[in-house]
Amino acid sequence: MNIEWYIVLSSLLFATGAIGILIRRSPMVILLCLELMLNAGNLALVAFSRMVGNQQGQVFAIVVMVVAACEVVIGLGLIVAIFRRKLPLNVDDLRELRG
Amino acid sequence: MEEVLFFVSAIGALGGAIGVVAMRNPFYSVLALIVHLFSLAALFLLLASAFVAAAQVVVYAGAVMVLYVFVVAYVGGGGESAWEPIPGQRLLAPALAIALFVELSIAILSSALLALGTEGPEVGPGFGNPEAIGKLLLEKFLIPFEASSILLLLAAIGAIVLAGRKREETA
Repeated sequence: MNIEWYIVLSSLLFATGAIGILIRRSPMVILLCLELMLNAGNLALVAFSRMVGNQQGQVFAIVVMVVAACEVVIGLGLIVAIFRRKLPLNVDDLRELRG
Repeated sequence: MEEVLFFVSAIGALGGAIGVVAMRNPFYSVLALIVHLFSLAALFLLLASAFVAAAQVVVYAGAVMVLYVFVVAYVGGGGESAWEPIPGQRLLAPALAIALFVELSIAILSSALLALGTEGPEVGPGFGNPEAIGKLLLEKFLIPFEASSILLLLAAIGAIVLAGRKREETA
């Protein structure tokens, strides 16, 4: 398979994640869609690493995975904290920080 | 054979992604994301990166998704309101995303990267196996490796501070 296919698939997955972030209201599903976008980026990194024939892109993908795991942990911690304070789990209702 | 595997995993990945976006219940979204992650691991294997594929399955589809399932079970589903802060947002968003996809595809496919149209250079069986990646991580990329471990530690502490139960309520 040509590398183009992987790159086009990666941009398709990225766009799907972007749709999710734009239309969903629940912070949990927004985090899931963020994962979709990060994984699309990972697919592109690994595809480019295969295209160049160099493994350093795969190390980059692993670092992206670590950062994604940290982001999930903090995001889910925030969601649990929001839930404990009995605030609504809806990104449109949590708008106190808006200028 | 490779084409068949690619298209099967690509359909799995895309179907999982659409499932994440379209499912009403967050629990089903998490399950769709697990399908997506497994398909992506298959794609990584096709791209000769065995270690990244294994890490994807073990770390993502294993550990991170278990965390999601626990939080969804704790917080519960809960319906989303149909109220739109921007009128027509549910129609506008897919149009914008399609524009983003077209833009990304044009940007990549019309670039000067001639090797995009090839399958990449021949690589030996050792390409992307744990030994090679471990060597890179511990020799060439030692500082990013250590930095990411500190980042993980900080994230763990942050999660405890955010979500941990306080002994006495101060707030």
